[in-house]
Amino acid sequence: MDFGRISRRHLLQGSAALTLGSALGARSALAADTTIGFIYVGSRDDYGYNQAHAQGAAALKKIPGLKIVEEEKVAETDAVEKTMESMINLDGATLLFPTSFGYYNPHMIKMANKFPKLRFEHCGGLWSEKDPKNAGSYFGYIDEAQYISGIVAGYTSKTGKLGFVAAKPIPQVLRNINAFTLGAKLANPKATTQVIFTGDWSMPVKEAEATNSLIDQGVDVLTCHVDGPKTMVENAARRGAMVCGYHVNQSPLAPKAYLTGAEWNWEALYPKFVKMIAAGESIPNFYRGGLKEEIVKVSPYGEAVSAEARKHADDVKAKLTAGDYTIFKGPIMDNKGKAVIAAGTDRGQKDPELEKMDYLVEGVIGATS
Amino acid sequence: MTTDTADGVEAVGVAPAADPGFLQRHGTTIEYVLIPGAALVGALAVFGVFVALFGKNPLDLYFYMYQGAFGTWFSWQNTLARAAPLILTALCTALPAQLGMVIIGGEGALLIGALAATGAALALPSMPPLVVQLAMVCAGMIGGGSWIMLSGGLRQYRGVNETISSLLLVYIALAILNHLVEGVMRDPASLNKPSTREIGAANMIGSIPGTDVHWGLVFGLIAAVASYILIYHTVFGFAARVAGGNIRAAKIVGLGVGKLIMTICFLAGASAGLAGMVEVAAVQGRTNANLAAGYGFTGILVAFLARQNPLAIIPVAILLGGISASGGLLQRRLGLPDASVQVLQGIIFAFVLASDALYGRIGFLKGKS
Repeated sequence: MDFGRISRRHLLQGSAALTLGSALGARSALAADTTIGFIYVGSRDDYGYNQAHAQGAAALKKIPGLKIVEEEKVAETDAVEKTMESMINLDGATLLFPTSFGYYNPHMIKMANKFPKLRFEHCGGLWSEKDPKNAGSYFGYIDEAQYISGIVAGYTSKTGKLGFVAAKPIPQVLRNINAFTLGAKLANPKATTQVIFTGDWSMPVKEAEATNSLIDQGVDVLTCHVDGPKTMVENAARRGAMVCGYHVNQSPLAPKAYLTGAEWNWEALYPKFVKMIAAGESIPNFYRGGLKEEIVKVSPYGEAVSAEARKHADDVKAKLTAGDYTIFKGPIMDNKGKAVIAAGTDRGQKDPELEKMDYLVEGVIGATS
Repeated sequence: MTTDTADGVEAVGVAPAADPGFLQRHGTTIEYVLIPGAALVGALAVFGVFVALFGKNPLDLYFYMYQGAFGTWFSWQNTLARAAPLILTALCTALPAQLGMVIIGGEGALLIGALAATGAALALPSMPPLVVQLAMVCAGMIGGGSWIMLSGGLRQYRGVNETISSLLLVYIALAILNHLVEGVMRDPASLNKPSTREIGAANMIGSIPGTDVHWGLVFGLIAAVASYILIYHTVFGFAARVAGGNIRAAKIVGLGVGKLIMTICFLAGASAGLAGMVEVAAVQGRTNANLAAGYGFTGILVAFLARQNPLAIIPVAILLGGISASGGLLQRRLGLPDASVQVLQGIIFAFVLASDALYGRIGFLKGKS
């Protein structure tokens, strides 16, 4: 079989490059033709989730000796398995970044078992002990950046009504909504966040409707957690509302309305991964971090952000970056009046309880189901 | 002229030389090969111009398309794996087309079939795998079949346009799927990607031995051949085609049109439902939103390109599978966006539809009678 031979050859090449790397040091390892594959579920210029990863890939392109291959709009079916195999067989990729959540199980796991000498890194943070050792997953505590956005939003809103356009009521999204709201309440204890769930990750029409409906109800600062924030940002700016971005910096879309935003910092993380491989170190299979670890960042403030807001936000940001600040600190009540985190309990960023979040905190208007 | 062409045919070794009337007598068959072939070549030429406008070399384009779709054994497997669900979903449009119905809701039948198949597997936890798999096949086919029967019934007994109703039923199917997957059927462990529980590795149907292509391809081939025999070589199929040609005439000669519509719609939906079952049992291992990958919609394109002929669906599905398999390589080698593959599909579609006007009008193929 033709392809078996090709893949073995590439495996040899790949492992030769790695051995060479550990023998001669980082530079020479990267000087060999190391090919890295990036796979995106949507368009790589979506001003959102996929663009954030594409920016990380672009940072790798600047490193000499690396060849980056990219494929966009790959469905979360066996299509992604075939894309990974094609990158391995036809392009000689030895490190793969299938970046969408739904690529992990069974697709990436299957490929990691099939190509045990190659490295697979998945964004989403699902790796557990039973999974292959050549697979890994990384993710960021982006709720820290949402918390900063919340502070800025709380100061900027005149009505005290904030809006959140969200995809699905799953733990990661709920955690962002809650962190945003808790941040806003630091600035304005009476602030509320009205949330609308669109039901899926990319629903531009529903996102636009949700944006308009929120603004009609008096909301004057909006943020979101969907794959492509572009729809929300542009619509809100057109209606005269202010926005906090998500995934990447959307200020080019609405320079006047953009306050700040919660961004991924993959352009810092991916070169770090490559350097670790080149130096012969292994990337931890389960890799997490927030502002401190430079996996997430906060967009530069827009001109509409007051000096008071900047000072408070910068202050909290400095504490989070230093690693001595807890966002989910008891007592925290949910919006049905039940205590979800008891007084005296601190749930730090790595607390596994937060990964199972199924509530909305007091101050959020909306329901999880 | 006629003799020259006949000599040409003899050189290829297809026809006896002493038969000058060969082209005329087989004119219809030749047209069925020649016209779509020419349309395909024309579409590729236009796409080449389109790509040249972006400053890429069209010859590179054709080479990479060939390499990505059919150039290596791996590429062939990639192509066939992508073609497998398309054969089944195309039948969902092609079968009702024999009755003159335009059903475009194969995606809905696929989702319901997948859901029913998953339900069957989860309801039989301790049965031997073969029993579970058979139950999944039955459940998937009955689920999908009933779904399209709804459209058929609405048309027959309530006069609702089947095109509209089948399309709208897709969105209802998706809503049902999301509702169940995020509700009663949800695996509590699927935190950030709501999914049903897994059907279990033992119940997966796996790949055709020696390949990476799952059994869905074989199911598709059997279904396509069976459909062809049903439509062209049985009394039932003859009745269906009579009803498709003139429904009043069919009623006058006493054909049970209602029964025909319901049966054909059931078979059509069952075929797409089987595609859904295969996606669960061979690819995903459970049901979640990943299943809505658009196979049902691409199936419509396949059916129309195949002029609703069940046998022609096989090569057309392989062709479209090949185009989507090579799409990745076009992105990676030529830096074309994913949308370029859709442009090509659109051009092919336009050419094939336009070429319909040529049937029976090519001079040298016209019979004298």
